[in-house]
Amino acid sequence: MIHSPYVRKPVSVQRTMGLVLLALVPGIVAHALVIGAGVLVNLAISTITAVAAEALMLHLRKRPVGIAVADLSAVVTAWLVTLCFPPIVPWWLTVCAVLVAIVAVKHLYGGLGQNPFNPAMIAYCSMIVAFPALMSQWPPAGHLSFDTQLSLILGGPRDIDGITGATALDALRTGLRSGTQTVDTVLKGSAFGALGGRGWEWVSIGYVAGGLFLLAMRIITWHMPVAFIGVLAAISGLFWLVDPAGFASPLFHLASGGAMLAAFFIVTDPVSGATTPRGKLLFAGGIALIAWLIRNFGAYPEGIAFGVLLMNMCVPLLDMKTQPRVFGHRHDIEGGGK
Amino acid sequence: MFTAILVMAGIAIVLGLTLGYAAIRFKVEGDPLVEKIDAILPQTQCGQCGFPGCKPYAEAIANGEADINQCPPGGEEGVRKLADLLGREFKPLSEEHGVEKPKSIAVIDEQVCIGCTLCIQACPVDAIVGAAKQMHTVVEPLCTGCELCVAPCPVDCIAMVPVAETVQTWKWKYPVVEIRKAA
Amino acid sequence: MIGRLFKFHGGIKPDAHKNESSGGAIRKAPLPARLVVPLRQSARAGAACIVAVGQRVLKGERIGEPEGFLGTGVHAPTSGTVAAIASCPMAHPSGLETPCVVIEPDGEDRWIEHAPFDYRAASRDEALAWLRDCGIVGLGGATFPSHVKLGRGSGIETLILNGAECEPWITCDDRLMRERAVDILAGANILRELIGARELVVGVEDNKPEAVAAMQAAAVGTPTRVVAVPALYPAGGEKQLIRVLTGVEIPYGKLGGDYGVRCFNVGTAHAVYRAFIHGEPLISRIVTLTGNCETPGNWEVAIGTPVADLLALARPKADTDRILMGGPMMGFAMPRLDVPVVKGTNCIISASPRLFPPAPPEQPCIRCTECAKACPVELQPFELYWHSRSKNFGKAQEYHLFDCIECGCCTYVCPAHIPLVDYFRFSKSEIWAREREKTAADQARERFEFRNFRQEREKAEKAAKLAAKAAETRAKLAEAGTAEAPAAADAPAAEDPKKALIAAALARAKAQKAEIQPQNTDNLSPQTQAEIADIEARRKVLEAVAATPAPQAAEAAAAPDEPRS
Repeated sequence: MIHSPYVRKPVSVQRTMGLVLLALVPGIVAHALVIGAGVLVNLAISTITAVAAEALMLHLRKRPVGIAVADLSAVVTAWLVTLCFPPIVPWWLTVCAVLVAIVAVKHLYGGLGQNPFNPAMIAYCSMIVAFPALMSQWPPAGHLSFDTQLSLILGGPRDIDGITGATALDALRTGLRSGTQTVDTVLKGSAFGALGGRGWEWVSIGYVAGGLFLLAMRIITWHMPVAFIGVLAAISGLFWLVDPAGFASPLFHLASGGAMLAAFFIVTDPVSGATTPRGKLLFAGGIALIAWLIRNFGAYPEGIAFGVLLMNMCVPLLDMKTQPRVFGHRHDIEGGGK
Repeated sequence: MFTAILVMAGIAIVLGLTLGYAAIRFKVEGDPLVEKIDAILPQTQCGQCGFPGCKPYAEAIANGEADINQCPPGGEEGVRKLADLLGREFKPLSEEHGVEKPKSIAVIDEQVCIGCTLCIQACPVDAIVGAAKQMHTVVEPLCTGCELCVAPCPVDCIAMVPVAETVQTWKWKYPVVEIRKAA
Repeated sequence: MIGRLFKFHGGIKPDAHKNESSGGAIRKAPLPARLVVPLRQSARAGAACIVAVGQRVLKGERIGEPEGFLGTGVHAPTSGTVAAIASCPMAHPSGLETPCVVIEPDGEDRWIEHAPFDYRAASRDEALAWLRDCGIVGLGGATFPSHVKLGRGSGIETLILNGAECEPWITCDDRLMRERAVDILAGANILRELIGARELVVGVEDNKPEAVAAMQAAAVGTPTRVVAVPALYPAGGEKQLIRVLTGVEIPYGKLGGDYGVRCFNVGTAHAVYRAFIHGEPLISRIVTLTGNCETPGNWEVAIGTPVADLLALARPKADTDRILMGGPMMGFAMPRLDVPVVKGTNCIISASPRLFPPAPPEQPCIRCTECAKACPVELQPFELYWHSRSKNFGKAQEYHLFDCIECGCCTYVCPAHIPLVDYFRFSKSEIWAREREKTAADQARERFEFRNFRQEREKAEKAAKLAAKAAETRAKLAEAGTAEAPAAADAPAAEDPKKALIAAALARAKAQKAEIQPQNTDNLSPQTQAEIADIEARRKVLEAVAATPAPQAAEAAAAPDEPRS
């Protein structure tokens, strides 16, 4: 017996995931044009791996394979993994990362909707810990031909210094840590463009465009991007105003690394993120704070992934303590879940 | 070396005293475990568990004299709750104590009743009214469905009738999860 | 506060589908061959039958007496003969049966004598009793008795008339407002006077401009305000409409009266008008027949008309696969078509897979919070779902399960197609059932403990009596010497008062066997006598059992096996 309501809005998980993929396209296009088409090869590898792993896991868990693969959630994970990785990582690294994300993080925790951690971020963190060298080889914009990128991806010989330069965040870190340079002198280096890493700015703008599209389609709410960008800008702005020689500007922080990808696509992962409006603000703000701290004082040039995982751990508490008040219960201090 | 032993011994004594004091100072009155177990039991007082009533069974469980799967009216769910409460493993109802049945109440066929008062004496919750040589009847809202009145009746005029679902007691069913369907 | 409208959180905008049925005027539905009037009009309250099979009843004659606090009268919708008083399926998702009075109309449609009720001359309590006896209940769908709603609370500032009709497809209130605006306002003003409210505000969704205009025209020259509220489901929910019009939020479990507002449906106001000004009880209502049918429209239908008869008027198309009662958001698919129209029936929708496609299979929740964004009571439905699904009812209640109004917004927006409301309904009814069970168990425990206490007390009393009697017997035995052998044999046991008594009883029984004493039951039929003997025998055994501890009981227990009829 089917009960009311008998009408449903024409929405589905598939549509949500599809729109997220669509929103990633501007960033991917910018990536392919400015940095090189190698990312497309990696996307293909990760997509195939993710779909295969998803189907296998569903089969092993005795779940209907077709309908669950068709929800595109595995593809979203795969694309996010690839987009956080350097575009010239060898193919097996991508495969390993996607397997970690899909098999270990997603399905071993119960499949879609059950994972407490962001699969793409676990993949990123485990790979950067396991293969720190490969994970920090970022090609400068327009430096490598597609053939070179392809051969690197397919496992060709890697002449590290010849093919990669330091990323903007990396260069800034090493520059400042050497103790001889200030932000200004570092930023004159070849890795930097007008805003952040040279060429990467365009990719970031692509992500922003996609993010705004998601906001317009009401797939994500404003809370997380605003809190993430706001906190990152505020904290970096504060230190930059106090010591412009020792700390980079907010604009630099926002335009470099994966800040924009994170703000609109990674922090906003619904499954592992906070769900209440206030919880979302705290969650995204916390990630930005941790990311900035790691960027400036930590051992890794980019800290968003660690920030996401640390805040993932706080989600149950955040959700519990930030329950919105229920209609009519205006005077209740805490809503539910006391 | 000697100092270390002294220090450790000192700490041990202090902690021991604290614990001992706490055990006296914060002693829990009565045996709340029996109460907790009793609260889970269905209070049919049917004795199918082998004890004369729910409370004695609760006491037996608390003392480890009885297992948690001896209460058919409580059903699987009752066993599950007891298992949760006592931190034990769930086990299916033991067959020797009976099977789970739908909730029923006793109904006396008043044409046949001879007014022997045997059922009145058997009823653990005084839910049967009547007097010697007078017709007896069951007060329906009070009947727990324990069946204890059925056996003593010399004329077999007591029947257990399953309680029919009414609009007030009707329950929405657990939604069917269709995840396995389709592909 | 004039003109200012408030917002409630969430809400959805499903396709309204009002135009299908709102075009034509209300028509009077023909009387069916049989009217089935349920004595229980809603799940919460019933009425006691006061007619007998074969009795002739007149239109408006009371056939059900209000029962209990929430009971209201039930009346014959037309004149005719009571053909049966039987259990018939009820307009309820369970499809369970309920006692109904089946009336065969005589076609004369002859009214019982009735007269207007002057509520101004009568006391307030009399007026409320009149409403109860006229069977006036909320016609918005919840069928809450109006006299109860009026009778509680004091210091009501604002009376709100609910003409929002936010559910898709339904247009009965729309048509009623267009055609009988003056009567509605007359009824509303009676309600306002009874409740002592200062102002009357009518809230109508702005997708019904004709109804707004009609109500405004009827309200010209009076202080009544007719307000067009934005069309946003569930703006017609009582608490949501109160929020929109006054900004007051009434939490679960509280009544509007505590907050100075009261809300009645426009149809109820109309029924109140009929009850007071014309003295007519509630025997018909406007029902929207719509959906996948040839001739949608609004009909004035006698309560008790089987749905099948109404469908003959609407003529469902061939691909109709279900019939829904109520709107598509909160209504239910009828298990059978012989279900009668009740006071809460506002709409009957012929559903086809084209208009109401079956929901796609349920997928895992991805915590997208669409449901939380849509929830008009600001719940976190996905949390409630999580706890309901795992039957963690305590947690679900902590997350305010019972604040849920079951409006269906969360299910409507869920991209994973999870039937969230079904889970909440399940949890709620499960919690209620558990509460009932717990009350019953507590009662049983108390009664069991009292019985044990009583038995102990009786045992103590009996022991005291026995001791006294034993002393007496011993004295007698001493007098009689050792004349009787058995008693002598048991002499050592005579130390024990009980044993002495048994010995005495045995002796008496032997004596009785020897000489049969005439009893007052002698001149009865042999059968009865046998029965009595049987009972006596068993009683004796019982007394013995009660009086003796286990070992002695064994010998006495041998007795009952012999004489059994």
